Amino acid sequence: MSDAPALALSNVSKSFGAVRALRDVSLELFAGEAHALAGENGAGKSTLVKTLAGVHRPDSGQVLLNGEPVVFAGPADAQQAGVAVIYQEPTLFPDLSVAENIFMGRQPRRSLGRIDRKAMHDATRELFGRLGVALDPEQPSRGLSIADQQLVEIAKAISRDARVLVMDEPTAALSGNEVARLFSVVEALREHGCAILFISHRLDEIFELCQRVTTLRDGEWIASEPVSGLTHDDLVRRMVGRELGTLYPKQDAEVGEVALQVERLTREGVFTDVSFEVRRGEIVALAGLVGAGRSEVARAIFGVDRWDAGAVSVDGVRLPAGSPTAAMGAGLALVPEDRRQQGLVMELSIERNIGLTGLRDLRKGVTISRKAERDRAKDWAVRLRLKFARLSDGVGVLSGGNQQKVVLAKWLATGPSVLIVDEPTRGIDVGTKAEVHRLLSELAGQGIAVLMISSDLPEVLGMADRVLVMHEGRLTAELSRAEATEESVMTAATGRAA
Amino acid sequence: MAKVLRWDVMVGVLLIVVFGYGSLTSPSFATAGNLSFALSDLGEIALIALAMTMLVVAAEVDLSVASVLGLSSALVGSLWDAGLAIETIIPIAVLAGALCGLVNGLLVTRLGLPSLAVTIGTLALYRGLAYVVLGDRAVAQFPPQFVSLAVDDVPGTPIPYPVALFVLLAAIVGVVLHATGFGRSLYAIGAQEQAAFFAGIRVKRIKLLLFVVSGTVAAFAGVVFTLRYGSARADNGLGIELAVIAAVLLGGVDFDGGKGTLGGVIAGVLLIGLLRNLLMLGDVSTEIQSIVTGLLLIVSVLTPRLVSLAKPAALLRATSRANLKGSP
Repeated sequence: MSDAPALALSNVSKSFGAVRALRDVSLELFAGEAHALAGENGAGKSTLVKTLAGVHRPDSGQVLLNGEPVVFAGPADAQQAGVAVIYQEPTLFPDLSVAENIFMGRQPRRSLGRIDRKAMHDATRELFGRLGVALDPEQPSRGLSIADQQLVEIAKAISRDARVLVMDEPTAALSGNEVARLFSVVEALREHGCAILFISHRLDEIFELCQRVTTLRDGEWIASEPVSGLTHDDLVRRMVGRELGTLYPKQDAEVGEVALQVERLTREGVFTDVSFEVRRGEIVALAGLVGAGRSEVARAIFGVDRWDAGAVSVDGVRLPAGSPTAAMGAGLALVPEDRRQQGLVMELSIERNIGLTGLRDLRKGVTISRKAERDRAKDWAVRLRLKFARLSDGVGVLSGGNQQKVVLAKWLATGPSVLIVDEPTRGIDVGTKAEVHRLLSELAGQGIAVLMISSDLPEVLGMADRVLVMHEGRLTAELSRAEATEESVMTAATGRAA
Repeated sequence: MAKVLRWDVMVGVLLIVVFGYGSLTSPSFATAGNLSFALSDLGEIALIALAMTMLVVAAEVDLSVASVLGLSSALVGSLWDAGLAIETIIPIAVLAGALCGLVNGLLVTRLGLPSLAVTIGTLALYRGLAYVVLGDRAVAQFPPQFVSLAVDDVPGTPIPYPVALFVLLAAIVGVVLHATGFGRSLYAIGAQEQAAFFAGIRVKRIKLLLFVVSGTVAAFAGVVFTLRYGSARADNGLGIELAVIAAVLLGGVDFDGGKGTLGGVIAGVLLIGLLRNLLMLGDVSTEIQSIVTGLLLIVSVLTPRLVSLAKPAALLRATSRANLKGSP
């Protein structure tokens, strides 16, 4: 470690209109350390990242590069200075090869300005070798998994001699194996003297990867400290500013009739011969790696995709294939994985979104009763403790956690007997996460059958009465609460024999 | 303040300005006779714009409407020539329009083709069929009692029958669009089709219905057009789809779907109508009229984009409001 931090913020403040996104925040990133940035949604993490990346310029305070004050005129300037940012969803050119993406704009040349492909591919191979990544430089980036795309982005950063790597929630869309591979790459970089700033909502990852952690709350600096002296609860307390109680409060509920029955469901090339049932009062988790076919099973059950063979019944009534309308009518609800595209109509208001699933119920004569629409929204907003200014505001102004509550409200308002939730807490802050867990537990207590898809293993183990595990389109295990451990789930998820 | 700056309100203000300008510069403009003529001259465009509004709100478009109008006109002429009663001809022509709409709708919903491309294709196809049906001929001499329905005023008012019909249909479309579950579905489909589908809305069925309605209305407009001019021709209504779409976009409906009000569209239709009328009174050539329509279309698409550059500030204010209220 050198004396001056590789990159630092000193007493930085930044406001947008009346909103003070950062207030007097300081942060020091040293070469050779992995530094975590923790905080709830809206704590100012993104603003801080964008300030480091040269997107925002601080209103007051300074950015210091190797101890010297610098002003980044823009992202290109920051890149030039050796600061690289890896975002959650990388933006590669899909039709170009991996190597072309890495050397975009700086391709090695031969005579007459021709691109030296061989040199480019060799350099890429050498980079991948250093990172311990097995990817083909000549492969087009289209079709790469998000995890692989991130590795390409990292390789690109390294090829530009980046000395500071900022990773904004890189693991949100990755499966367990992919996270492990990413971490080994990050670890290698750190040992080579890179400074890493790592952002994640998954606290376990912070403890696993990082040496120090800086916590923000409501735009203010709370603490910067070594990770080793902290417990999980300490960190949560700093982020939330209060005690949370237990994060996974699944209470025992009376298990009743079978509400959802799935028999030998098959969609060719996607999943095969999937059979299971969920009873009233139960929370059943569907675990597995990303790409194992979990969301696809949920989509087929709900009817947004067709199935090729098999049957689905809700409360003993068989559903026709491919009709969400029929599934809804039978008492199914699906809180989908992609909130912004599938869960909500971002342009519409909170009340219109909540009303969208009840257009029939809200009728008074031929027209919609605005009062009924507003009452429905108000009722659920209160029950789910939604934070909002006006119900007529667009859902787009809400934070991620509150948007998720609107999706839940819209479906709970239909009075479902089976609730399918796909990654219910992805990308939402710890406080809201605990609320969502409490809510799911309450719903089970009220006799709703809950099927929960989650890539968050502690969540699966904490919440589920039973755990179903999928691997490459097939169910590979059904584990009781007692049998389900991190190891038994991962073993089944990776397809190794139990 | 924000309410006053709404696009549809601004179009309304512009309408008043154009009206005022017209009354000051042309003595024959603000007379009951001229306005009544201007309105009925606008009738077909206005009728078709009602159906088009619903389509564009749902992020689809039907460019074949003028050709359906022409086909309907040609059918009326050729069947009248063949000696059928006008009472039989009208339902046949309207049904043919519904069929045209069904074809558009099936191509878009079953095969997943973009409506812009599909209806450019059927724009040519249906106009071609119109020529097949009637050739270059013009058929005239329709029964006077039907012709008078298309040109006369509702007794005791200066309002022509087609305008009265428009008012009635506009009221219905207004309620459907802004106060029913169907209307809510259209906005949801236009803004985020996937989320609408995930919410159990029958997206394909609704879109199919919209295309059928659009074809039906266009064919009916073809009947009105034929009777009003007393002349059935295959090239009737050539190119009016541009005026219709200009009126809808000018009225503040977003071409990408999900936004717009019927009030705005009505203001847009009237604005286009008054401008066309003023240009006509000023003896401006049809080429210039076409240029004005084209420019209006571009301005109406461009202006909201420019306004939206000022939007982030407004969004930020709303966010801060949510945050302030939210913090305990």
